[in-house]
Amino acid sequence: MTASRSISITINGTRYQREAEPRMTLGDFLRERCGLTGTHLACEHGVCGACTVLLDGDAVRSCLMFAVQADGAEVTTLEGLSPDGGPMSPVQQGFMECHGLQCGFCTPGFVVSAHAFLRDRPDPTESEIREELSGNLCRCTGYQGIVRAVQRAIEIQREREPGATLEQNHTAGSGA
Amino acid sequence: MKPAPFDYSAPEETEEVLALLHEHSEDGKVLAGGQSLVPLLALRLARFDMLIDINRVAALSGVRRSGGELVIGSTTRQADIGRDELIRRDAPLLAEATRYIGHFQIRNRGTIGGVIAHADPTAEYAAAALALDAEVELASRRGRRRLPVAEFLVSAYVTAIEPDELVLAVRVPVPTGRAGIAVEEIARRPGDFALIGGVASVALGDDDTITRARVVMFGAGPKAMRLTPLEDEIVGRRELPADLEATSRRVCSALNPPNDVQATATYRREVAGPLAARLVRSARARAQGDSIVAASR
Repeated sequence: MTASRSISITINGTRYQREAEPRMTLGDFLRERCGLTGTHLACEHGVCGACTVLLDGDAVRSCLMFAVQADGAEVTTLEGLSPDGGPMSPVQQGFMECHGLQCGFCTPGFVVSAHAFLRDRPDPTESEIREELSGNLCRCTGYQGIVRAVQRAIEIQREREPGATLEQNHTAGSGA
Repeated sequence: MKPAPFDYSAPEETEEVLALLHEHSEDGKVLAGGQSLVPLLALRLARFDMLIDINRVAALSGVRRSGGELVIGSTTRQADIGRDELIRRDAPLLAEATRYIGHFQIRNRGTIGGVIAHADPTAEYAAAALALDAEVELASRRGRRRLPVAEFLVSAYVTAIEPDELVLAVRVPVPTGRAGIAVEEIARRPGDFALIGGVASVALGDDDTITRARVVMFGAGPKAMRLTPLEDEIVGRRELPADLEATSRRVCSALNPPNDVQATATYRREVAGPLAARLVRSARARAQGDSIVAASR
């Protein structure tokens, strides 16, 4: 009974039905079964945060749950944060403008995590940003650019839609 | 790394979970939030032939008041405990301890039952539950039972749970008078495992006499442990002793915390004394300010 089973997950608004063994993590399922390689896996045991996705709206580590557990759930990945052909999300734009990345491997996890916590706490202090980013590791930047990128994302959001929060963008992605 | 192959079942009823646990008491494991179990599987530090996923059992999730107790279902997520109105009012120690657990992404999945059953020596909820005189409600096909947290926690990663048993809930008595709590954790970075931490819960009588005190340290030994000599020192007093910190240091000098790459045992003992004294002062001060809340309860 460790054989593959059929799993159906709505990812970025599109329903994917694929086969996977129970031991396949959600992160591997996204990449290997659905071709959604925006989600990166590094440590694969919950430390680095690179694989962060939104599960029914909540940021979670996709290496710490099995795809079979997400059967029937809605998942938003990095690809779902900005519509195809549309502008980058405020967080993505902030990362680009403020050099919030160097090699870029950890970036999807930072962007998805920042997206989630800015939705819940739209006006954080720098100290709060650092605390909320503590679950994501970056070995290149030294974090300064990442903190600035998140601060810039808040400004960009206000410039685009005065009075709005990131909530509006949260499920906007049409995705893959 | 990837976990070794396993069979998987995700029942929707508690009885089905208990039947599976009965059948797989040798080779099965309950999967709750997975924030500790899945890393153990991925690193191949643990291996089970059967994972019984309890996340789809609706009856195991949620918070309710039952008589003088809060009943917190085992799969209630840590993030939900941190913001739950009932818990914030009737067991604020649990709500306030939540922010020290891992990172927000971890708290979105991690559960209170998982924390208690995993019995990590640095677990915030285990210490809080001990300070609140909570009980762990267990079930198997053989029946149900309740164990005080003090009896449930045996040692590091070891509990009194039987292989065919499931944690149904953590039951927390709701204080009836003026009560105050405090929690503090020492770690190098937010979200790290605690180098050492502690919680305190203090109840006051009408004349400000301390009627009950719990001071519990975590990361200070193989499991959460009460500083009973310190508690005895303050119960029955209307004012805290002037030499509280010296007393606390003396009590904590008997601790035998781990000596590892994160911190030396000496460091942890040194930190524990003032930390415990701060917790007591802070919990008592909050109990003194609790009169208005108590009146409306």
